[in-house]
Amino acid sequence: MTTPPLKTLVCLKRVVDTETRVRVAPDGREIDLAGVQFIIAPYDEMAVERALQLREAAGDGRVTVLTVGPEAATKELRSALAMGADDALHLVCDGRLDAAQTAALIAEAVRDRDLDLVLCGKQATDDDDAAVGPLLAAHLGWPCVAFAHALDVEGRTAVVRRELDGESEVLEVALPAVVTAQKGLAEPRYPGLKGIMAAKKKPLESRRAEPPAARTERVALALPPARGALRTVEPTAEGLRGLLTALRDEKKVL
Amino acid sequence: MADPLLIYAELTQGAAGRTLKRSALEAATVARRLADAAGARVVALLPAPCPEGEAALFEHGVDEVRVAPASPAGRYLLEHEAPLLAAQVEALGPALVLVAASPAGKELSATLAGHTGRGLVADAVDLAPAPGGYEATKPVLAGKAVATVRVGAPAVVSLRPNAVPPAPAPRAPARAEVARPPAGDRVRLREVVPAAEKRRELTEADVIVSGGRGLGGPEHWGLILDLAQALGAAHGASRAVVDAGWRPHAEQVGQTGKTVSPKLYVACGISGAIQHLAGMSSSKVVVAVNKDPEAPIFRVADFGVVGDVHQVLPLFAQVAREFLGPA
Ligand SMILES: Cc1cc2nc3c(=O)[nH]c(=O)nc-3n(C[C@H](O)[C@H](O)[C@H](O)COP(=O)(O)OP(=O)(O)OC[C@H]3O[C@@H](n4cnc5c(N)ncnc54)[C@H](O)[C@@H]3O)c2cc1C
Ligand SMILES: Nc1ncnc2c1ncn2[C@@H]1O[C@H](COP(=O)(O)O)[C@@H](O)[C@H]1O
Repeated sequence: MTTPPLKTLVCLKRVVDTETRVRVAPDGREIDLAGVQFIIAPYDEMAVERALQLREAAGDGRVTVLTVGPEAATKELRSALAMGADDALHLVCDGRLDAAQTAALIAEAVRDRDLDLVLCGKQATDDDDAAVGPLLAAHLGWPCVAFAHALDVEGRTAVVRRELDGESEVLEVALPAVVTAQKGLAEPRYPGLKGIMAAKKKPLESRRAEPPAARTERVALALPPARGALRTVEPTAEGLRGLLTALRDEKKVL
Repeated sequence: MADPLLIYAELTQGAAGRTLKRSALEAATVARRLADAAGARVVALLPAPCPEGEAALFEHGVDEVRVAPASPAGRYLLEHEAPLLAAQVEALGPALVLVAASPAGKELSATLAGHTGRGLVADAVDLAPAPGGYEATKPVLAGKAVATVRVGAPAVVSLRPNAVPPAPAPRAPARAEVARPPAGDRVRLREVVPAAEKRRELTEADVIVSGGRGLGGPEHWGLILDLAQALGAAHGASRAVVDAGWRPHAEQVGQTGKTVSPKLYVACGISGAIQHLAGMSSSKVVVAVNKDPEAPIFRVADFGVVGDVHQVLPLFAQVAREFLGPA
C-alpha cells in the first residue's frame, strides 16, 4: 500500500547530553549546567527520522518540528530542519515545566492546525516521564499509542507495532493520532552540509508562551546513594557458593 | 471520611493467561500506607474478572475491589481502559490514583491526568504524604539523579515496578461489579504476535541475568539461559548483542532499551558502558562476571567475579542448582 502525504508534527525537547556527568546545582533542585552539552532527546530524533521517511515514501507532505523551551533550543530545531524537516515552531518558555504544562502549551499551539499525525519520543531523557505524548492526545481528544517500534500509514489509518508484556501487538489507529517513538522506529540520519545550509533558510516561527499553573513542584534533586565497596568472588565452586550465601542470607535477594 | 485512594490493578494478558501483576500489590501496599495516615479507604479497580487477583488485593490492604467485565478487545487497549478508569475516578473522587509505571500504566496514567487535569508524577519509586498532597521520589536522567517532586491532591502517580515490596495487610473483602462505559473504536487490534519463547517481563523481574558481547556469539547464549533458569531469573542483553542480532531488542537493557530495577542483576560479559548502566543501576544488588578486572561494570557492582564466562557461568549454574534446589 502506498503511503499517503501527511502533515506531521514532531515534538522534540532540548535535553542534556546523555553522556553528561550529573552534578547538582547550588539551588539543590536542578543539575549544574556549567559545561553541559545539549542534544535533541534521542527518541525525539527517531520520531523526526520516521516522519521524514514517511514523507519521502509518499513523495509529498509536510514535517513540522516543535519545541517548548528556552531561546537556546532554536539550535535543536535547526538540527531537525537540517535533517530535513520543513518548518519549525518554537514556543519560548524559560525555567522548569512539568509534562502537563508542556502538553497544554503544545495542545494550545497546534489545536487549530490541520495535522494528520503528531509524533513524540517515548520519553524525554531528562525527567524520564513518558507522559507528554498521551497527555497531549488527551488534550486534543485524539487516540494515542505510546512506545511504537514501527509505524506505517495506510490511507487514514496508522499501523503501529509495539511491545506489551513480552508480546508484540499491531494496532490500527484512526488519524489524526498521537504516536510516541520507541527504539527501533527509525535510525536518525546525520544532517549533511547541504541540509545544514538549507536549514538556515527554512521557516522557524518563534513566540513566547505562557504556561498554565503547575500542579507539581520539584523540591530537591540528589545523586543516587553510592554503592558499597566491591566484594571480589573467586571463580571457583567454593567462591560461588559463598556468593549465593551472601545473596540469600545477607542481601536477601534470592 | 477522607477521600479514598484508587489503584488500577494491572493484569497480565495474552498467552500467559490473566493474572494479577505483582505491581498491583506494590501499589496496594503504598496506597494502604498513605490511606492509614489519612484515615482513608483503598479501592482497587480490577479491569477484568480475576478471583485470585481479588483475594491477593484484599490480603494487601485493599478495602474494596471493583471488578469490570473484560474489555471487548480481551486485553489492555487505551481506548477501552481510559474511559473505564475515568468513570471510577469520577464516581469515587479519589485523592490519589495509583497505577504501575509499566508501558501500559504510563500511557494510561498520563491520559487520565490529561482528561481530569490532575497533577501527575510519573515513575515514582516512593510516595509520602505532604501538605495538600504527596511527595514523590523518582529517578531522572536515566537514574543518574533522584528528584523529589510535590504534587497537590487530587493526583495521579505511576509507581515503578519492584520499587516497593508488597506487604500483607489483610482486609475484610468488599466487592462490587462495575460496568464498562462505551469505548471508542479509533484504535483496533489487528494482530498479536506472541514472543518467540516464553519470556518473563524484564521490567517486573526480581532477578535478571544479562549477557554482553563477552559471550562471544549467539551460539553461547545457552550459558545465559541456563544460569537464568537456575536462578529463576529473567534474561536480558546489552545493546552490542542486540545490534549484532544475537538477541531481540525486547531483551535490551539500557538507555535505549528497558529500565529495570530487580533485586538482583547479574551482568555477564558486559563492559558497563554508561548507556547500559542507565538501564540497570537502580538494581538492588549487582553481580558482575567479566574477565577484565578493569571493566567499568565492576564500579557499580556489589560482587565481582573476574573470570571467563565460558568457565564461570556453567559452574555458577551448577552451584546455584545445588544451593537453591531445582528452579
Ligand atoms: C545513544 C546510545 C544508546 C545506547 N544504548 C544502550 C543500551 O540501551 N544498552 C546497552 O547495553 N548499550 C547501549 N549503548 C551501547 C553502549 O555504549 C555499549 O557499546 C554496549 O553496552 C556494549 O555492550 P557490551 O558490554 O556487551 O560489549 P563490550 O563493550 O564489547 O564489552 C564486552 C565485555 O565482555 C568482556 N569479555 C569479553 N570476553 C569475555 C569472556 N570470555 N568472559 C568474560 N568476559 C568477557 C570484556 O572484558 C568486556 O568488558 C548505547 C550507545 C549509544 C551511543
Ligand atoms: N519541552 C518540550 N518541547 C517539545 N516536546 C516535548 C517537550 N517535552 C517533552 N516533549 C515531547 O514529549 C515526549 C515525552 O516527554 P516526557 O513526557 O517529558 O518524557 C518527548 O520525547 C518529546 O517528544
